[in-house]
Amino acid sequence: MQELINRAKELLADGTVVRVLGWKKGDLPYNPEPHIFTSAQELEKDFIYNGFCGANLSKYMIAATKLEGKTLVFLKPCDTFSFNQLIKEHQVNRDNAYIIGVGCKGKLDHRKFAAMGLGDIAEISGIELSDACDRIHVKTIYGEEKDIDYRDVMLERCFFCKTKEHQIFDEKLLDSKDTVAEGADRFEEVRKIEAMTPAERYAFFRSELSKCIRCNACRNVCPACNCRHCVFDNTKYDTAQKANADTFEENMFHIIRAFHVAGRCTDCGECSRVCPQNIPLHLFNRKFILDADDLYGEFQAGSDTTTPGPLTAYTLHDVEPAAGLERSRG
Amino acid sequence: MQRIGVFVCHCGTNIAATVDVSKVAEAAKHEPGVVYAVDYTYMCSENGQNLIAQAIKDYGLTAIVVCSCSPRMHEATFRAVAEKAGINPFMVEIANIREQCSWVHKDMEEGTPKAITLMKTAVAKVNLDSPLQEGESTVTKRALVIGGGIAGIQTALDIADAGYKVDIVEKLPSIGGRMSQLDKTFPTLDCSSCILTPRMTEVNQNPNIRIFTYSEVTDVSGFVGNFTVQITKHSRSVRAEDCTGCGICTSKCPSRKTPNEFNRGLDTRPAIYIPFAQAIPNVPVIDKEHCIHFKTGKCGICSKVCPSHAVDYELKDEIIEEKYGAIVVATGFDMIDLHKFGELGYGVSKDVVSSIELERLMNAAGPTSGHLERMSDHKQPKEMVFIQCVGSRCAPDDRRGKTYCSKICCMYTAKQAILIKDHYPDTNIHVFYIDVRTPGKNFDEFYRRAVEQYGVDYIKGNVGKVTPLPNGKLHVHGVDLLDQKDVEIDADMVVLAGAIEPNPDIRKLATMLTLSIDNNNFLNEAHAKLRPVEAATAGVFMSGVVQGPKDIPETVAQAGAAAIKVVGLLAKDKLKTNPCIAEPDELYCNGCSVCANVCPYGAITYVDKEIRDHGLRETRRIASVNSALCKGCGACSVACPSGAMNLKGFTNRQIMAEVDTVCQ
Amino acid sequence: MPVIEKTASPEAMLEKENLAYLGEADAKKESTFTPKIVAFCCNWCSYAGADLAGNNRADYPADIKIIRVPCSGRVNPLFIMRAFEKGADGVIICGCHPGDCHYTTGNYYTRRRMALLISMLDYLGVDKGRVRVEWVSASEGARFASIMNEFADTIKNLGRNVRLEDIRCRN
Repeated sequence: MQELINRAKELLADGTVVRVLGWKKGDLPYNPEPHIFTSAQELEKDFIYNGFCGANLSKYMIAATKLEGKTLVFLKPCDTFSFNQLIKEHQVNRDNAYIIGVGCKGKLDHRKFAAMGLGDIAEISGIELSDACDRIHVKTIYGEEKDIDYRDVMLERCFFCKTKEHQIFDEKLLDSKDTVAEGADRFEEVRKIEAMTPAERYAFFRSELSKCIRCNACRNVCPACNCRHCVFDNTKYDTAQKANADTFEENMFHIIRAFHVAGRCTDCGECSRVCPQNIPLHLFNRKFILDADDLYGEFQAGSDTTTPGPLTAYTLHDVEPAAGLERSRG
Repeated sequence: MQRIGVFVCHCGTNIAATVDVSKVAEAAKHEPGVVYAVDYTYMCSENGQNLIAQAIKDYGLTAIVVCSCSPRMHEATFRAVAEKAGINPFMVEIANIREQCSWVHKDMEEGTPKAITLMKTAVAKVNLDSPLQEGESTVTKRALVIGGGIAGIQTALDIADAGYKVDIVEKLPSIGGRMSQLDKTFPTLDCSSCILTPRMTEVNQNPNIRIFTYSEVTDVSGFVGNFTVQITKHSRSVRAEDCTGCGICTSKCPSRKTPNEFNRGLDTRPAIYIPFAQAIPNVPVIDKEHCIHFKTGKCGICSKVCPSHAVDYELKDEIIEEKYGAIVVATGFDMIDLHKFGELGYGVSKDVVSSIELERLMNAAGPTSGHLERMSDHKQPKEMVFIQCVGSRCAPDDRRGKTYCSKICCMYTAKQAILIKDHYPDTNIHVFYIDVRTPGKNFDEFYRRAVEQYGVDYIKGNVGKVTPLPNGKLHVHGVDLLDQKDVEIDADMVVLAGAIEPNPDIRKLATMLTLSIDNNNFLNEAHAKLRPVEAATAGVFMSGVVQGPKDIPETVAQAGAAAIKVVGLLAKDKLKTNPCIAEPDELYCNGCSVCANVCPYGAITYVDKEIRDHGLRETRRIASVNSALCKGCGACSVACPSGAMNLKGFTNRQIMAEVDTVCQ
Repeated sequence: MPVIEKTASPEAMLEKENLAYLGEADAKKESTFTPKIVAFCCNWCSYAGADLAGNNRADYPADIKIIRVPCSGRVNPLFIMRAFEKGADGVIICGCHPGDCHYTTGNYYTRRRMALLISMLDYLGVDKGRVRVEWVSASEGARFASIMNEFADTIKNLGRNVRLEDIRCRN
């Protein structure tokens, strides 16, 4: 972590960058937050990078690269896909970004701590990138101390990690560690749902989507949700949703949101991570990815900055919509 | 808030029979914004139009809804009425309660509620309409005629005479079309090529006309006034500029077994050939499929004997691109394949011929030099049977034939009968017919001459079977419906008046030109009665049999009509453009480029523009739509996730409002 | 993350009106059921095909209401979701045959968009038969009518649409 601070201080000092986008210590040990640092003092005092720094900083670069001067940003390997995608969509100015590709050994899911009764963390060790990230020592505010396996509290998405290679960077710091689970298939959950009966699927999604409180956290965090104004706030479309008019709107929001990011979603998993209601929102995105991969060939958004996504391309002999369905139904 | 008038048309009983029109008008009065609603017998009539105009003035209407026939029919009419009465023509919506309601539903119980919903939907849409202004586009002063038959020739001549440039594209090696294959024409019996050849020469010599023979239209883009057309000139393997048309190559060619298309396969031609004596251009073409050189790399005789060294096996297809303001489709017809009618002996006996083959057999330049003879034994036939309507006027479930009347067969059969009787008075001619249809100037007189003066035996009835007999005769077994008896004739020759159908190439062409074609491959007109030579696609016109069966004078008349429409278009310097185009909302656009990625016209570019957004002033990358290029498809408006891209005339809110109303 | 499990008794979660899948028989019993069907037709081919069906007096159920759009590519998935929100039982999108699009490429995008959307709706438990994409040319009046008849039958058999609603709002 100190290496990151030192390098950031150097780049600030020599004028390469004028600000640093990183993670700042939160008020609790497990909730660091994205922050723009402008001085060496601030960096020394508040900068943090550990297993809880799951936030994808790419999206913050939309605003940051519009500012005068270069912004230094720390991007984990998976975040770099989002950054590429944002370049493709002309949302970030590459020239105003200095990207340090930072290593990653898997990120942590506080919900898993809570599920073990260790949610109220007072002190934690073993989650720095300089650590092996195998074992974690936790002390709760109640004084309880416990040693646990890193992988037992790791975010689900890290078991399906796309790669530990950065797709775009100016320099790289710190090492990564492979976190992929043996035989991991990121579409396993999707296939499980596809195998259900329509009534079962309907019931499953009813119970999940009914939890939505429309806090818009998913929309706010999603790097693909980079519209200036969301269509669901567009008063010229008759889609703006202020107070719910009927019981359909949350469903509509999530389906359309997933559709709008289809072919652009890098599957970074931030939507599910930030959902306070724990709705598995990535299941929508992965469904679209799975279908599009099967019907139109494999495509990973953000692996480069030019290839058009499946919904802005076509071939003369694409499968007909009715026939396309046969895939998911076997 | 709009002040809307709703006008419900009875269309005589076309709508009123299955839709309670007064109920629709009554229901309209309760719709938001509607201040006036009325029903009337014919809204498109002058009185109806006046009624609308008067109501616009009397009630201070800002928008109108007309519940009537399809907008494809009269949207333009009612827009003009609105404009005349002082409101923007785009403040008009049509509820299609005829084609999509009264004509497809059984009774008022079904029709009326649906018509009311359609009315409400149109009201919901018109409430969100805003005035639109038409833009302007330029006109390329050159026309393209596709097809070099008499229809295309006449169209091209008339356009050229008016002073405009015109190009003819003909697929075959020579212009001339079907008419060049005919012997004499009814009812005047003048020689077909004698009247056609001068026209062909005229076309060839007219400085305003260019002819691309052995060429095809392979791509069309653009729009009225501004079409870009790709023409593929197939290689003749003979350099036209060097060829003198001496014909030595064709006489020396050793490959002589290819069926001669011009003579309908009744004789053969060499692999290098000029299709017929009066061909224009008079330049041979090598049929690569049958040429020994192209098949084996050997031979090369034609190249050796050519005194002007015009034969060049290396010549490649040439693709040219040209801009046109208007396009005329005149691709003509052919006779249907008669092999499907095996019971009539076609393809079984050489002496059963199609009527167009008979034309060649009677023509002095034909395979028999004009001597009528049987193809089997070259004897002159004494007993002849003509069978009418082979493949025409068939039942809808008949897969072999067409439901329509081919129109020309009655007359040419009378002509052929008269000519045969003239030359060979001892011939007995029997004509089996369903009806004899002779509407037209001097047509019935002509037919009566065949019957009364020449004694041609007309038998009302069908032929069930034609059986070749061992003695070379053809046993014709038919029925006489008037005398209610079987008729059996041992004939020497049987002539089938096969149905005519549009050239099958029209399907490909219709796709390129976005034309609508009917179940029989005839082109659909923009209006069957009032715009008979215009296609629904602006700037595209039609002449000849591609639109429907017709004879030569009708074709020539239609060719002239198409030409005058083209001239009317080319005479304009500017055209009004569709104002229903895409429009980005600058405050919503984030310049992500997804819209440009799906735009088929390259109409969207991005500009850095200073935007003032709620007190914030910043330079943003935003989409900009070129109004001359945008055609209003709306693909961008769907690709845009934020809804920043909208389509004027079909806005997001409007379609949402329509959906809401339909689902009420 | 939640473990994906089948709900113990999904049937119990479905209200009676949502019994379209499991209680098909019940839905059929509802003899008064008149489906709401929205048809989006592109102006150049399918809308003209619908007009031709009219010219030929080829009848189809009045439950089907046509909304004219310039191109099938103008049909936003939002419109389809909106139709379902407002109680539509079926939505059919008609465009020019692939290759025949008046705007050259519009229906190619439609084909992809709708393939993904229909699959997603199916994933959510909305029967795949409720959204259909058909290519109908201006000359296919009879075919237009037969497609509409067939689609209306399909929707009638499927019964009232399930509602993608928030179960917290149930009584």
